[in-house]
Parts: sequence; structure tokens; C-alpha cells
Amino acid sequence: MPPLSLWLVIIGMGAITYGLRLSMIVFFGRVKMPEALRRALRFVPPAVLSAIVLPELLIPGGTFSLSLGNARLAAGILAAAVAWRTRNVFLTIGVGMSLLWMLQFIW
Amino acid sequence: MLPLLIGVAPFGLIYGVLARGAGIPALATQAMSLIVFAGSAQFIAVGLIGSGAPWAILLLTTGIINLRHLLYSASLAPHLRPLRPLWKWVLAFLMVDEVYALSISRYQRSASRGDTEAHWYYFGAGMTLWATWQTSTAVGIYLGAQVPASWGLDFTLALTFIGLLVPALTDRASRAAALTAGVVAVLAWSLPLKLGLILAALTGVLAGVLVERTAPRERPAEQPSSGA
Repeated sequence: MPPLSLWLVIIGMGAITYGLRLSMIVFFGRVKMPEALRRALRFVPPAVLSAIVLPELLIPGGTFSLSLGNARLAAGILAAAVAWRTRNVFLTIGVGMSLLWMLQFIW
Repeated sequence: MLPLLIGVAPFGLIYGVLARGAGIPALATQAMSLIVFAGSAQFIAVGLIGSGAPWAILLLTTGIINLRHLLYSASLAPHLRPLRPLWKWVLAFLMVDEVYALSISRYQRSASRGDTEAHWYYFGAGMTLWATWQTSTAVGIYLGAQVPASWGLDFTLALTFIGLLVPALTDRASRAAALTAGVVAVLAWSLPLKLGLILAALTGVLAGVLVERTAPRERPAEQPSSGA
């Protein structure tokens, strides 16, 4: 991305984020959030996170691979198990990276 | 507050390392932390910029990721109502997940609506977190220049998201949202301009809403999102 557009994107991201944070504080009492939107918002984080993670695991380097030879998939599955059991993000990162490095060393 | 800062600092550090790895200049990396100040959106932006996504997709994705701030904004609004506009603008800027969680519980504990101490608590927590985010980003930028690409540190991004995502999948509806979004993202991966991500996110949210509607008994209490 050229430098100028990168800076414009950063400023745009900032403006959008700030606008969302300020919105209901400023318009309090004048705008009411629809109940359907309020419910749907709960599903945004799991949907977005999963939409980023799954292709990272299944299509590493641009090639689809559903096999044990796929080091990132193996590391990701182990990391998911650690995350489920411990609910600890840093342990998840540590175990996932360790397995990835071990597999890359072996193969 | 302290455990929170210890929790946030490594994310700022990883963000700095990843942004440099994605080829974002040091100054722009720091500027994003200063201006945007939203961990998960910054992480995703780094991934998108690294893969050459156009600006419209970056802004659209930022909007979708940060939609949850509408909820925070709505729930804080009645407490901030007596404040002068300048205070409102400053406090709105500091509204990140962790600060929201701390201050809303502080407001709910306080007896009266116009609790001045609660506003100062919100301001203090926000400024401390903001300063921690800037410092850890700067350290990450410095470290990012030392780490070779062969270490595969870009994978920490996916692992971070796994760590945030998996523990939050406690009910059927959010599991349906995650599964649908993930599968659609893989199927739509070859779509141009990273449009697959947007399509996947929208389908996932729709799946979550539909499943919740068919099984309304199993609805957990609303929680602040797990994004950093």
C-alpha cells in the first residue's frame, strides 16, 4: 500500500472507531438501537475471528491442505484444545508456536 | 487494573512486531495505535494490509469489528449524560473493551447517577491503558526489526485469535456463528479484494441469529466481547 493511502486508511479507521464509540453517548435519548441489531452484534466477534483463523490454518501459503503434513493446522488444533481447557491466550500462543517450530524442525 | 495491563502489554508488543513484519513503516504502526486505539481491529488491519487488501475493505472490516462499541456507547450513555461535551468526547475516545468492562461495573456500583469519582475512574483507567498500549507498541516495533521472518511469528496472529475465540464458544448459537463463518471464509477465500472475510462474517452472524431463534432457552448473559 502506498504511504499516502496507508495514512488515509489509518485516519479513516480512527474516525470510524471514534464515531462508533461516541455515537450513543451523543445521541442518547434521541436514537434507540433496534433489538434485532443488539442481538446480532453478539455474534460479530466469533464470526470475524473464525473467518480469519480457519483460512490461516487450512490454506497456509495459498494452498488448501487438510492433512497432518500441514504444520499450521496441527499447531492450530492443539492451540484450540489448550484455549478450551485453560482459557489462557498466552499459553495458547506459547503451545501453538512451540509445536509449529518443532514440526518445522522435523520436516 | 494491574493484571489488566500485564494482559494488554504483550498484545501491543505482538501488534508492533506483526505490523513491522507486514511491511508497515514504524511511524505508521505507532500512529495506528495512537489514533485507532482498538486492539482487535489493528491486528486484523495488519493482516489485511499485509495481504494487499484495498482501503475500502479495511474500513468496512474496521466498522464491522468495532460495531460492538455501539453497545458499549449505548450502555455508558445514561451515566455520562450529565457531563460537559469535552468530557464526553475524551471518555468516548478511551472506550476500549477492558476500560468499558471496568468502568461500567464501577458506574453500576455507584449510588448516584452523577458520581464524579466514577468519571475520574473511567478517565484514569482509560489513560493508563492508552499509555500501556503506546509503550508496548513501541517496544514491539523495536523488536520487530530484530526478528527474522523464518521464525513464522505471523502465526501468533492466528493463535491469538484462537485464544480469544475458542473459550467464548459457550453456547450453540455462537458456535454456529463461528463454524459457518469459518467454512464460508475457506470456501470464499479466492474471492478478490478479501471480500470473502466480509461475506463470511455476515453469514456467520446470520447463522448465529437463526440458531438463537430456534433455541431461545439457551441464551447466556450479555458479556463484553473478548477482543483486546
